[in-house]
Order: sequence, then C-alpha cells, then structure tokens
Amino acid sequence: MKKLILAFTLSVAALLSATALAAGPSIPLDKANNDLSDKESLKKGFKTYLNYCLGCHQLQYQRYNRTFADLGIDDADGVENYMYTGDKVGDHITNNMSKKDAAKWFGTAPPDLTLEARLRSPDWIYTYLRSFYIDESRPFGVNNTVFKDVGMPHVLQGLQGVSTLEVSEVRGEDGKMHKVSTLSPAMGGSLTTEEYDVVIRDLTNFLEYVGEPNKLERKNIGYWVLVFLFFFFILTYFLKKEFWKDVH
Amino acid sequence: MLMKLFTDLMGWVDQRLPVTDAWNKHVAQYPAPKNFNIWYVFGILASIVLVNQILTGIWLTMNYEPSGAGAFASVEYIMRDVDYGWLLRYMHSTGASAFFVVIYLHMMRGLMYGSYQKPRELLWIFGMLIFLVLMAEAFMGYLLPWGNMSYWGAQVIISLFGAIPIIGDDLTQWIRGDYVISGATLNRFFALHVIALPLVIVILVFLHILALHEVGSNNPDGVNIKKPKGSVKPEDLSKFTFHKQYSGKYDIVDAVPFHPYYTVKDLMAIVGFLFFFCWVMFFAPEGGGYFMEAPNFTPANGLKTPEHIAPVWYFGPFYTILRVVPDKLLGAVAMFGAIVMLFLLPWFDRGTVRSVRFRSKWHLINLIQFAICFIILGILGTMPATPIANLIGVIASFGYFGFFVALWFYSKNENTKPVPERVSY
Repeated sequence: MKKLILAFTLSVAALLSATALAAGPSIPLDKANNDLSDKESLKKGFKTYLNYCLGCHQLQYQRYNRTFADLGIDDADGVENYMYTGDKVGDHITNNMSKKDAAKWFGTAPPDLTLEARLRSPDWIYTYLRSFYIDESRPFGVNNTVFKDVGMPHVLQGLQGVSTLEVSEVRGEDGKMHKVSTLSPAMGGSLTTEEYDVVIRDLTNFLEYVGEPNKLERKNIGYWVLVFLFFFFILTYFLKKEFWKDVH
Repeated sequence: MLMKLFTDLMGWVDQRLPVTDAWNKHVAQYPAPKNFNIWYVFGILASIVLVNQILTGIWLTMNYEPSGAGAFASVEYIMRDVDYGWLLRYMHSTGASAFFVVIYLHMMRGLMYGSYQKPRELLWIFGMLIFLVLMAEAFMGYLLPWGNMSYWGAQVIISLFGAIPIIGDDLTQWIRGDYVISGATLNRFFALHVIALPLVIVILVFLHILALHEVGSNNPDGVNIKKPKGSVKPEDLSKFTFHKQYSGKYDIVDAVPFHPYYTVKDLMAIVGFLFFFCWVMFFAPEGGGYFMEAPNFTPANGLKTPEHIAPVWYFGPFYTILRVVPDKLLGAVAMFGAIVMLFLLPWFDRGTVRSVRFRSKWHLINLIQFAICFIILGILGTMPATPIANLIGVIASFGYFGFFVALWFYSKNENTKPVPERVSY
C-alpha cells in the first residue's frame, strides 16, 4: 500500500513537471516586496496614483473616504490634499475621461485599475512599470517588455527617464546561440534607479491595497479564528473520548 | 415546573405530528455501525457546506445585482461597502470548492466500501443526482460574478450543446436566451442558481438520507449489522436502545445510536474541517488561482478572450475527457458518458462482497488506478492543452472508463477473502 502511494505521488509530480515544461517559459517578474501594513508607503503610492494615473485610470469601485480611513488620512486632510476628482468624500475614485475618446487616442480605453493587482499580481505591476523602452515604431515612442505593444505611453518618463532594449546573442548551455534582450539603465529622469523603484513599490503597494482593502483585516481575523478552532477541536476531541468510553 | 410544561407541550405536538418519534427514528435511536472511520465524515461535512452555501447565498443575494450592467460592480460593492461582505463572499466561493472536495471524497468512500451495492442502489442514485445538480448549480453560480472567466467558461460549456446534431444551435440559443451570453443568460442563471437548483438539491438530500435510513448505513467492513430476528445470542446484541423500526425487524449488533455518539464524533470532524476551510478562506481565498481565477477580476468582455480558458478545478476531470476526444460531439458524449458510468456503478459491480478489505488484489489495484486517473484528469483540466498533456489525458481517460469495464468482468467470479460475521472494532 505504501509503495503504491509513493508511486502515485511520484507519477503525479512527474506529470506536473512534464506539463509545466510543455507550457513554456513566461516573462520573469521582479519581486515587489511591498508591505501592506506600511501606511506611509500606501499614502505615497496613493499620491503617485492621483498625480500620474487617475487622469486615465479610474478606481471606480473604491471610495475616497474608505481609502482615507484605511490609510490613516483624516477626511478634512483628504478632501484638501487627496481629492482631485469627485464632490463628496464618499464618492468613488473616478475621472471624466470619455471611454470613446480614450479608445480613439490609445487604441483601447485605459482599464479600471481597482482590481489590477488581483488580475495580474503586484509583481507584474512592479515589473511592468519598470520595463518601458524606446521603440520609435510605436505611437507614443515606447514599448514594454512585460506587455508587448501596450497602448500606454510611459507616463512616468519624467521620473524614470527611458531605457533602450539591447539585444545580444549569448551561447546557451545547449551550445546554440540565443537572443537575449536586456533593458539598459534608464537615462534622463529626475530620480535615480533606486528612488524610482521605491516610487513604483509604493504605487504597487497602493494598488494591492485597493484590489482588496480588507486583506489585512481578513488575515487578522483569520489568526483568531484558527486559534479558536484549534482549542475547540481539542475540546471536541475530549468530548468525543468521554462519550465513546462506554462503546466496546 | 418548566420541565412539565415542556413535556406537556411535546405531548401536544406529538399527538399532531410525530416529532419525538422522527427524532428517535433518525437521530437518537438510529443504529449506526460503531466502526466508522474517517471516510465516514464527508457526508456530514457536505451537509455543513450545503448549509453554509444556502445561508451565505441568501445574504449575498441581498446585495447582488443580477444584470449585465451591474453584476460585476455589485460584487465589488459587497467586497468593499457591505459589512463583512468580503467574508460572506469568500465563505461562499471557498464553500463551492470545499463542496466538491468533500463530495469527491464521499463518493470515493462509497467506491472503497461498496456502499452502492445492493440494497443501496437507490441511495447511490440519489447521491449521483445530487452530484449532477450540484455541478449545474456550481456552473451557473460561476457566471454570476460576471467576470471574464465566468463569461468565457460559460461560453465554452454552453457551446457543447451546439455539438448535438440538428437541434444544437437552436438549443444553445434557447439556453442563453440570446445569440450570445448576455444579461438575459445571467438573469436566468441567477434564478436557477438561487431558487430552482438549491430547492432540488435540498429535496434530493432529504431523499438521500431517507433512503440511507431505510437500508441502513454501510461500514468499512461492508458487514451487515442487522441480523435476522432471533439469530443473535442476547449477550451479543448491542446494549443500546434502538427505534422499533429497526430493532423490531432485526437483531442489531455492533451499533451505537447516532446521537450522541456520532453527533459528538462528527462535531470533532466538523471543527477539524472548519480549521482547514478557514485556513484557505482567510489566508488564500483565491486558492492559488484555482478557486477564484485571475481573469475573473476583470468584467465580462465578449471581445476579449482570456489567454487560457480553464474551467474551475472541480470540472477538470470531465473537461479533460471532453477535450482529449478529437470530435466535439463524441467528446461531449464521452464526458456525459463518464458521469453515466458512475450512475450505473451498482450494476457494473456484480460482486457480493462490499468492502475493498475483503475483495481481491485486482479490485484494490483497480480502485487505486481509478483514483489516480481521476486526479490526473483533474490536473490536466486546469492546464493548457499540449500534445503531451493530451496523450496523458487519453491514457487517464482509458483508466477512468477501464475501471468500470474491468470491474464488470472480474467481479462476477472474484477471488475474495472470507467476510467475517461481525465488524472489526
């Protein structure tokens, strides 16, 4: 029986690796390593979002006051310094860009980003925003290694500057020549690479928060629930033992 | 004083509706074999999940908007603006996957210990009907968040009906209520998901339990605990009191009353199950992208197909069988055939020994290969189709159907071990 179970485990593992290989490689993503409990980072990310993203990308399912409350911004401060759109503090974070016009301008309307971090993962966002490069064949003069032929211009070029894509040939382990493309360090931005990475990490952090505002609360409650169930389980075990004593 | 009031009240009710009698017959004096092992907890766990789905479903319905324009936003409204709406939604979405986990294990138990064999065929059929309706229920529920995977998953499954000759196209249009999947489809799926199918499931579960109590529970030894009246020495009889419905007709051995013995044991199982359930729900509600698929975080879009359309994991085994058959119609036939085979299991098995413990080595091997093939089919169902995956899928499909065919052949004159008179405990 044990041998059969072992054989079963091995066969499933072999199968998984075989099919995973067949699926082919995907673009390697850099780790965002963002921290949802870091409110300062979230606030900075929120600010970056408002300044650079909201013009085109709405957060139509998220409200201003909810964001203020979760990020530790009081409403008066929020209305004063964080509300660029909307009338009331309970409004959703939206913009006034017409979808029809936007589709004409960019080829496709800029998507809502409320759930972007859940759709694509924080690491994807973190890598994507650091992967623009010059490509004169594109309408806005830039392309992206993570999202090929993306319709979005490099909005953060003023901060990062812009990279070029360098393709070189490298001899691989199999002895054949492989094309390897690397991004050159970005040039001409107001921030250093390290500073820019921090800005993007904060922005990614904010987008992960917006994707699921209850994430931290969920985990906090979760610990207590598991602790309770653990002790309750012990209790039910002894209850069962007590009752079953007289079954022979 | 208070006790007398209660007794009087129960007496009054009992004269009009046999509540106490029903309680005794089905709970407090129902003879359950004392040798149940861990495989016997999945029935009660399935009922717990069913209750969870119904209750959370009711509260979700209060804030959900069944329309093409409003569905997606209303789900995010529940996630953000409804107090503990996120918890309700995760309980419901995790519950859907948990339902299939416990149901598949429950079915495996039936397979291992021959719980489908005579006289439990009808019990098995009711169970299979529940499984079938549950799949429809889950499929329709999955459309409701109106995410892009909801949309395209439904598109793929509904288009299967298009493979039926002559009426196919009209049938798919009739199911959708439109030329494409639209708000009309969403609305009818909503109606079926929240009223029609749950009602059918609850009725079937009721019948499943009634049929179970009529024929009695099987056990890991597959040994009957109800012996002919008068055939058991008084000292061997179970010392507990059972309802006359059972003890009047049979001599009952090796049994305990369901309550309190199995209620306390099941309580332990429920708490243990909830531990894992809550672990997933609070710390990984997306289930690694298998319980909630990433493309579902963007609204349904008929013009934008997800890169890789995969059904939710619990449809995986049947989806793979569909996919490995090159012809669409034959694939659909094979897929439905896979479920029909399960329905007919009581008649594929011509043996009289129930439990795998006393059956031949061949039966053990056949069971294990069936379980392996089922899991492999499930894994493949969530992966993109590649030639190698396809090949493995074909082999596993043969294993799946082969289980039934082989069973039919060897079960007639199977080399079984002697079955003991009494259960081992």
